[in-house]
Amino acid sequence: MKYLDEYRDPAICQRLIHAIRREVTQRRTIMEVCGGQTHGLLSHGIDELLQNHVALIHGPGCPVCVTPIEAIDLAIAISQRPGVMVASFGDMMRVPGSQNSLLGARSNGADVRMVYSPLDAVTLAQQFPNRQVVFFAVGFETTTPATALAVQQAAKRGLTNFSVLVAHVRVQPAMENIMQHKDCGVEGFLAAGHVCTVNGYESYHTFAETYKVPVVVTGFEPVDLLTGILECIRLIEAGTPRVVNCYERSACARGNRHAARIVDEVYEPCDRSWRGMGVIPGGGFRLRDAWRHFDAEGRFIREPVSIVTPTACRSGEVLMGRIKPTQCECFGAACTPETPLGAPMVSSEGACAAYYRYARSRVPQNETTAR
Amino acid sequence: MTEDAGSYCPAPKVGNSDQITLTHGEGGRAMRHFLRRTILPVVGNEILAEMGDAAILPPLDGQPVFTTDSFIVSPLFFPGGDIGSLAIYGTANDLAVAGAKPLWISLALILEEGFSLSLLERILDRVAQAAHRAGVQIVTGDTKVAPRGTVDGLFITTSGVGVRSYLMPGPRSLSPGDELLVSGPLGRHGIAVLAARERLNFDPPLRSDCEPLFDAIEALRQAGIEVKAIRDATRGGVAAVLHEWAEACGKTMVVEGDKIPITEDVRGACELLGLDALHMACEGTMVVAVPSGSSDEALCALRRVPVSVGAVRMGLVSEQRLSPVVVRRVVGQLVPLDEPAGSPLPRIC
Repeated sequence: MKYLDEYRDPAICQRLIHAIRREVTQRRTIMEVCGGQTHGLLSHGIDELLQNHVALIHGPGCPVCVTPIEAIDLAIAISQRPGVMVASFGDMMRVPGSQNSLLGARSNGADVRMVYSPLDAVTLAQQFPNRQVVFFAVGFETTTPATALAVQQAAKRGLTNFSVLVAHVRVQPAMENIMQHKDCGVEGFLAAGHVCTVNGYESYHTFAETYKVPVVVTGFEPVDLLTGILECIRLIEAGTPRVVNCYERSACARGNRHAARIVDEVYEPCDRSWRGMGVIPGGGFRLRDAWRHFDAEGRFIREPVSIVTPTACRSGEVLMGRIKPTQCECFGAACTPETPLGAPMVSSEGACAAYYRYARSRVPQNETTAR
Repeated sequence: MTEDAGSYCPAPKVGNSDQITLTHGEGGRAMRHFLRRTILPVVGNEILAEMGDAAILPPLDGQPVFTTDSFIVSPLFFPGGDIGSLAIYGTANDLAVAGAKPLWISLALILEEGFSLSLLERILDRVAQAAHRAGVQIVTGDTKVAPRGTVDGLFITTSGVGVRSYLMPGPRSLSPGDELLVSGPLGRHGIAVLAARERLNFDPPLRSDCEPLFDAIEALRQAGIEVKAIRDATRGGVAAVLHEWAEACGKTMVVEGDKIPITEDVRGACELLGLDALHMACEGTMVVAVPSGSSDEALCALRRVPVSVGAVRMGLVSEQRLSPVVVRRVVGQLVPLDEPAGSPLPRIC
């Protein structure tokens, strides 16, 4: 399959692995920002192959993982209002709030729908004119343009029964937050390829200069990941904290300007609470005043929703890259994908779920090969 | 629906005559009429025509094998199949993979009040065609109608009886070196239903593999292959089968990632939605375990039958390792394959 097989070529992978092992002078610490990259690294066993040469720290880039408990509780509270239908993406459904998930709320009778695109939620609002359709807008800069477009479409179609509960997050403020932490040992970043596809990567030049770390725009397939790691190692070894694009087939310096313009029309940056990481200055988006009448929170919530945060879960430290999921006492015992305590155990992009799936028990190599 | 001037009294008409009403399930005249008019002509045979409380079956020449399954699927029709053929093939396949020749099936319908009679007739046509293809007779059945809103259109339960013809020691007998085969490309049913339900318009549409497996298993038997275990990879897909087998025998199942058969369209859909074909349901694809060294012969037998023409060797059984099921990925690492938990949810981005 084109655009897939060439990025999973075993021979190219082996060459890159050898190059990484050859060129690294000491074990280097690299953070892959995006949960999709974490998933790719673990599902192919790349982190394990390189463990003596590169420490891969899993960054906070899993959209459902960093969505704060408050936002999920709000979505559930809204879903329980009469005449309301809440729609969101599939893997948001199982994420636990303080007491329940959206899937749980649906079992209790709430009208909760899974959609593949925010525009499907706009269509639902058209199909059900007597219901209030609320789209739970989560995700990084990758999903923001589509939700912004949904708001614009709803306005264009004159829909008064559509609104959005905005919990969008921005990736670069989170990277800055991580670097500002005094015991941060990250020497280089693999920037999230898809976020860069939308946003471009010009803003990383200042970041790389300020924090003296290279930033390599990286994709998600094995060849992409290994190319990104190799480039990052070379920049670290050479002491040149620059920005390099290793995901050229998708990302360019200025990004998708059309998408960026739509986002800018509808949203503005704001401080946002991240699950496990606290409030990150400029870490989220909110609706601009001109679109505030589409805000579901303002439309449906009169009193603050009370939150009970589970204490044993250490997902915050996982999201900051301070501990590996397996170092959390709850991992695999009290916390599994069936009974998740924290969001990183829910999403397939979450670091805890990736470890549960692929690294719960590392498999010794030199296995017999099937013919 | 017009009444012919036969010996039956007309069914009481309630509302739209194309709709199932509660009277259709209440055991009285309307019910009997409904069975005679709608069900018997389509799926009938001499045993069913007796319309007794129970089917009286001919003596079996061998060990009876018995199974049951319920079918809830949305939408009722999807590319490559429908709830009717699924209900027949599902139960016939459960018998076949247990080494039995499927013979008789019971058909219980739970209908939602207001369900379209003409749609039901279409589904019964599919049931009849599927029964014919699978070589089974529908010998007894039941119809209930539930008030509107309590059932999503139509639920079907089928039970099946077959006669054991092929002795297999089962998954507990698996030992290191045994070879794992799969009878065709994975995940076609799960992806087809998901795409139809969520109206993901793939072009061409993704088709389910909903098919009877008995011919493929019979081909193995006639070729004299000593099969250790067979399972159809329904809910949870091949991953679920391999996990069950690993648990049963206490060994590890090793899958070669580059040997996993998957069609380009299913692969594309899985990539797009962030799903793993190993976790997706099949309805006409099975996993077969044969002793070391006999896979070539088994594959040769399987490939002679249309339903298993795409059979391949996918992996083998190894000594117990830390993980029950592992897949060799492109960089050569053996990576654990997780047991599916709940239905697969598409990723955000």
